[in-house]
Amino acid sequence: MEWMNAIVQGTLLGGLYALFAAGLSLIFGVMRLVNIAHGDLIVLGAYLGLSVTMATGLHPLVALVLVVPAMSLIGYALQRGLLNQTLGDDILPPLLVTFGLSVILQNGLLEIYTADPQKMDAGALEIASLPVGGLSLGVLPVLTFFVAVVVIGGLQWTFYKTALGRAFRAVSDNQDIAQLMGLNRRHIFGLAMALALGVTAIAGILLGIRTSFDPSIGGGRLIFGFEAVIIGGLGNLWGTLVGGVILGVAQTVGAKIDPGWQLLAGHIAFLVILAVRPNGLFPRIAA
Amino acid sequence: MPETILEIRKLDAHYGDFQALYGVDMAVAKGEVLAIIGANGAGKTTLMRSITGLLTNGPGQIQYRGKDISTLRADQVASLGLAMVPEGRQLFPSLSVKENLMIGGQVGRKGPWDLAAVYRMFPILHERKDQASTSLSGGQQQMVAIGRALMANPDLILFDEISLGLAPIIIKDIYDALPDIIGEGMSALIVEQDITKALSVSNRVCCLQEGRVSLEGDADKVSREEISRAYFGIE
Repeated sequence: MEWMNAIVQGTLLGGLYALFAAGLSLIFGVMRLVNIAHGDLIVLGAYLGLSVTMATGLHPLVALVLVVPAMSLIGYALQRGLLNQTLGDDILPPLLVTFGLSVILQNGLLEIYTADPQKMDAGALEIASLPVGGLSLGVLPVLTFFVAVVVIGGLQWTFYKTALGRAFRAVSDNQDIAQLMGLNRRHIFGLAMALALGVTAIAGILLGIRTSFDPSIGGGRLIFGFEAVIIGGLGNLWGTLVGGVILGVAQTVGAKIDPGWQLLAGHIAFLVILAVRPNGLFPRIAA
Repeated sequence: MPETILEIRKLDAHYGDFQALYGVDMAVAKGEVLAIIGANGAGKTTLMRSITGLLTNGPGQIQYRGKDISTLRADQVASLGLAMVPEGRQLFPSLSVKENLMIGGQVGRKGPWDLAAVYRMFPILHERKDQASTSLSGGQQQMVAIGRALMANPDLILFDEISLGLAPIIIKDIYDALPDIIGEGMSALIVEQDITKALSVSNRVCCLQEGRVSLEGDADKVSREEISRAYFGIE
């Protein structure tokens, strides 16, 4: 039963990792941009949530109504103002610029919010639980997993059923020809980043309710996000959810064996999958 | 004298240090089909890239309906009603046949062409509409590429090497369909290596040789000798 518990808790934790990863996966899928600052943007989302809840007294989940549009706007401006200039045949400039952005974000947050760990107060939601078949499931992790499924389903729908998604795929396939169809790739990239950071805002707030955070934790979230994307296969959103779950289960099972092994077990699972299936489990983009 | 829809004046084009076009002058009248012929490397595709805005030009070099479009981005040029069937078809592999056509209509220009009209012209595409565009034969892909450009309801359509890599019978089908396609008051630029094919559907012909216009004239008046001289540069 305890093992079962570890697996179920790991699966639910995987929902959070999938949310970390969804934005990364989307951005890479549309514009082949590897965003090193993604983890710090998640933390930025958490801090924006914190500021909104402190200023207005809103519940953190209600604060999403403000934080998601704010992060989307930041995403669009960031893409149009900075990241578009780095995109080209060379993959190095976007890596360097987003790395720099990561440093700036961390230090900016440190300057404003100090290094003290913070946490958002979600009231009774934090400790509520559901008894399911002898296991006790936290309402927050269940909610997180549910949100992850809805978000990924929504992204999938956007990608394959809407004009915007068609534009994303066309620009991703062939930028020049997409331009000939009247699509301004700079604008499309801006919209992709806006969508990605909207998801990042959700991830940041759920993170900030679940655990305490400080300006330095972005790097760790980035690694989890990357691992989930790679395990699932590049460019496949449902694969990213599976990747998140595998990572989450590996971590909780590792922690069950020995509490010190939690992170190590996740990384080992990642390395094993990378060795056996270098393109991930369900790759959509040929490497 | 009918209205000039596209006018090119002293167009130079460069790829880095390499100059591909030297002072090219050219004009297309409304409703006219102009064939552009020339050997490999003569600058035909470069000319297409310049007109569509994929290459940036100097100001004043390309006028479209009296408006200077030389420095516009490709998507801005497209929204003015200039569409291209690119060399090698270049469909979007992640999009189905229908989605490829729909994205051509993304510019939102009104006119006779919509999904139903394209399916009427190429019924096979209706049968295959939900398939991946890459699963079609070369000829069918070319139909998608032509349909995709038509969906924009362009005033000027550019065909870049539409016979390249296709079986002769398919080429014949496509060239047979061209008069119907262009018939609706559209102007067209046809870039082609197959000179006979190009001349058969066009009003005027323009030959490029090493980045310069070497011959220009009515399609039914230029002689074979003039063309081979202009094409190969043999005196």
